[in-house]
Amino acid sequence: MRQFSYVAAAGVSSAVDLMARMPGARYLAGGTNLVDLIREGVEQPVMLLDVTALPLTGIEELPGGGLRIGALVRNSDLAASPLVRARFPVVARAVLAGASAQIRNMATTGGNLLQRTRCGYFYDLAEACNKRQPGSGCAALGGFNRMHAVLGASDTCIAVHPSDLAVALAALDAVVEVTGPDGTRRITLADLYRSPAGAPDRETVLQYADLITAVEIPGLTDAANSDYRKVRDRASYAFALVSVAAVLRVEDNQVAHIRLALGGVAPRPWRAHSAERELLGLTPTEDSFRAAAEAELASATGRRHSAFKPELARRTIVATLRRLATQTGAS
Amino acid sequence: MLAGEVIDIVLVVNGTARVLPVEARVSLLDALREHAGLTGTKKGCNQGACGACTVLVDGRRIVSCLGLAVQYSGREITTIEGLSAGGTPHPLQAAFIRHDGFQCGYCTPGQICSAVGMLAEHRAGSASAVTADVAASPRLSDAEIRERMSGNLCRCAAYNGIVDAIREVADGPADGLVRR
Repeated sequence: MRQFSYVAAAGVSSAVDLMARMPGARYLAGGTNLVDLIREGVEQPVMLLDVTALPLTGIEELPGGGLRIGALVRNSDLAASPLVRARFPVVARAVLAGASAQIRNMATTGGNLLQRTRCGYFYDLAEACNKRQPGSGCAALGGFNRMHAVLGASDTCIAVHPSDLAVALAALDAVVEVTGPDGTRRITLADLYRSPAGAPDRETVLQYADLITAVEIPGLTDAANSDYRKVRDRASYAFALVSVAAVLRVEDNQVAHIRLALGGVAPRPWRAHSAERELLGLTPTEDSFRAAAEAELASATGRRHSAFKPELARRTIVATLRRLATQTGAS
Repeated sequence: MLAGEVIDIVLVVNGTARVLPVEARVSLLDALREHAGLTGTKKGCNQGACGACTVLVDGRRIVSCLGLAVQYSGREITTIEGLSAGGTPHPLQAAFIRHDGFQCGYCTPGQICSAVGMLAEHRAGSASAVTADVAASPRLSDAEIRERMSGNLCRCAAYNGIVDAIREVADGPADGLVRR
């Protein structure tokens, strides 16, 4: 591993100030992705600024039933929180579907959102990758692209965002609180991630030295009837081929409220607005679920090894909604 | 600390404070094996994928290959060497032997440290990806044990024995588990 200097941050504002004055540095939290990237030579920071001792580890209730989650809440503590489990099961399920228990004990909420793609060509310094080395090309386009995007990709990059948590948070309209050199601002999760068109190396709208300090989930009474379903090559401890985060409320045999987001299929957590619009007000049946899934995947482009993914996504959407409709019908 | 600089950190390993001179880039795994001489913790993939390097930090299981040693200065680390008490194997060690929970043994220290952490998580009420009601705290069925142990690979595939060993200890008295 290359050498780097190391500083433990003493406070949020002093950390941001130091980072702003030190080009080529990186914040270090759980390290579960960054340490690996440094070891592989993909990331070559001159300094690591360890933020893990900052007091950003609380989960607090917000007026209206929402939650404020400190950026340094460990994934396992997020999933174990009684508030999260009761109010937003989709969040607990998404976190528990990701990584392993050991990694969830290390990884943080903010770090989870900013983890990099696991595209094999991004990790392989001998291969072309516009994300790692802008302008070098995309080896995944003509390569092994089973784990790659079928929605919202570009001809410069077809890597997917790997986070499960971000998919659940996208469905819940979460907001990310960021502190930068010019102060603190709030960014919706939908606005946090950029489309890869043009500059796949720039995955978020964050500027250098910006530090995520918290994630807020707005209150949503329906979210207790929510689920996260992840389809993958192994039963556990694997990245998603397709995942679905969903919230559903049925009233008078009509879909009264629906939130739907997809993972494993796009460069960013994919909020399924088309499917939501399609379903609202309809009777929750297999046919209406299927029609909504068709609408969402209408523009999907499977590639050589990912031709199965659009159909897998449709079926996973239907299966997830079917289960939630059954639960809500019984309650 | 500067790039390349060596500083002394203190790790409390298996109850004993140890002063270890390390660079910032030294992983917790390498600090334990190469600097502290505790080679029970194994290096498998060195990228967080296999679980062979699992140790307990303040009682919680982590993969030591993805942690930098400097991040754990002052923390309580428990490795496989710290689980037995005065030559008496930890209940999980004894159960792994009884149930043939290994063949080559390379993944075993990580499996056992992971199982110690897993049982503590379960006692604290955690759910898992296979728990039907995520708000509930389920009994440790075989499916629950397999899911909760999925971060530890065994290329000899001694999984049936591993699950049997862990289930036996999980179903037994809890007081035999916590040693420090």
